[in-house]
Amino acid sequence: MIELTGVHKSFGTLDVLRGIDLTVAAGTVTVILGPSGSGKSTLLRSINHLEKVDRGLVRVDGELIGYRQAGGKLYELGEGQILGQRARIGFVFQNFNLFPHLTALENVAEAPISALRRNKTEVYELSRALLARVGLADKADAYPRQLSGGQQQRVAIARALALEPRLILFDEPTSALDPELVGEVLDVLRDLAAAGTTMIVVTHEIGFAREAADTVIFMDEGRIVEQGTPAQVLDHPRHERTRTFLSKVLN
Amino acid sequence: MVPARHPWRWAGTALVLVLLAQFGHGLATNPGWDWSTFAGYFLEKSVLQALLLTLELTVGGALLGFLGGVPLAAMRLSRNPVLQSVSWTYIWVFRSVPLIVQLLFWANLGYLYDRLQIGVPFGPGWSFSTSSLVSSFGAALLGLALHEAAFAGEIIRSGLLSVDQGQHEAAAALGLPRRRQFFRIVLPQAMRAILPNAANLLVNLLKSTSIVYVLAIGELFYQVQVIYGRNGRVVPLLMVATVWYVVLTALLSILQYYVERHFARGAVRTLPPTPFQRLRAAIRG
Repeated sequence: MIELTGVHKSFGTLDVLRGIDLTVAAGTVTVILGPSGSGKSTLLRSINHLEKVDRGLVRVDGELIGYRQAGGKLYELGEGQILGQRARIGFVFQNFNLFPHLTALENVAEAPISALRRNKTEVYELSRALLARVGLADKADAYPRQLSGGQQQRVAIARALALEPRLILFDEPTSALDPELVGEVLDVLRDLAAAGTTMIVVTHEIGFAREAADTVIFMDEGRIVEQGTPAQVLDHPRHERTRTFLSKVLN
Repeated sequence: MVPARHPWRWAGTALVLVLLAQFGHGLATNPGWDWSTFAGYFLEKSVLQALLLTLELTVGGALLGFLGGVPLAAMRLSRNPVLQSVSWTYIWVFRSVPLIVQLLFWANLGYLYDRLQIGVPFGPGWSFSTSSLVSSFGAALLGLALHEAAFAGEIIRSGLLSVDQGQHEAAAALGLPRRRQFFRIVLPQAMRAILPNAANLLVNLLKSTSIVYVLAIGELFYQVQVIYGRNGRVVPLLMVATVWYVVLTALLSILQYYVERHFARGAVRTLPPTPFQRLRAAIRG
């Protein structure tokens, strides 16, 4: 379970997150919608402490992320401990960010071997299985630049899965893809959702939100404007801003 | 389809070939080059010994220089303002002082500090006489290494900066340990930008060792000067040194080609064949 309470974040004078309270149940899919600049990505990045929040708490399965609480004060964790927490939270980037000098297989196997210190042979076996799961069994030895965008993003998803994370965060996973490649990535996301993976997805794919999400959140100007089931938020939005955004995205 | 004609390309080629032929003819027939003297000294024992010293200075200077460059780059990229300024100042000073001036300073270190001491700062320690600790070879090596370190630091820093921010983020998001992030993810990618500049620096260092002659160290250039001072055959002996420098640079360039190729993995879709592979393919038809 993921719990955010009173999360604030600003870059200089720009307030990007202005008090976010959010609870995400384990095994559910949450889709975050919103215009660009509404703080969606920052919210996602603060969940695994890629962004340090200015105020508020982030908890994953009850564990405070990035800080330790003692005697009413928060102490920032050392880098090693933060890295350890991140190793249990998957993150998929808009621009894939695969390591270009490593093969697809090496990309997937890297974190389990060096962050979780697991047995190499087992990890390579697991990594091959994960590549097969995202439909890339035959691309294990290809370098990222030899793959299409959709294939690269599927390798990135396998890389996140290799850590057997409690939660996977997706930051606009299809926004950098050619339209005809979006489908293959969304198919993988749907499979993961069906398998009960806890996922938070920032996306503009309304169709995906409608069929795969348990909860849809609409954000604007650093606040959660509206949240509910896809039917509530997408078909019967209560707020004017949600309606304006949806009408723009859907047309 | 008839391909376009390029008559001026042919004319240019002919001109260049004629000039080259003239130059080659001059090399062979002008008695001033004195090729027999050149041949007599090219593999002569004292020349080879001097060549070995040149190589020692180059390898030693490069190793120490890059060893010094790594912390300099790390300090300039750190968030600590003291470390940043120290590194910046070091690089500023050592890039400013001409190598030859610096070498003369080190050779005269004993004039400034006649004893050196290792121990607790401002406290007790062991002391050595400077001239016994820093020989003229030591002074030369020290000067070259300190000079190289300033440039190597900047080359390494530029390489590290060339790695995309997304790579740092991905490595951090996967929770890779700090050292692993650097050595497995960042450094191999930085090497692509570091290598061509580092090879340039190395070739430059090889030639810069000739400046060390001011300290009367018997490296290649000093040695040929000694010989032509004796027999007066200036040009052929300068050619002995020149040809050795050219040969060593050629070897370095070949090494550079293969090392760069190693780090190009994944950067291009398919690696082009090496000249050697192309030659073999051409012979096989």
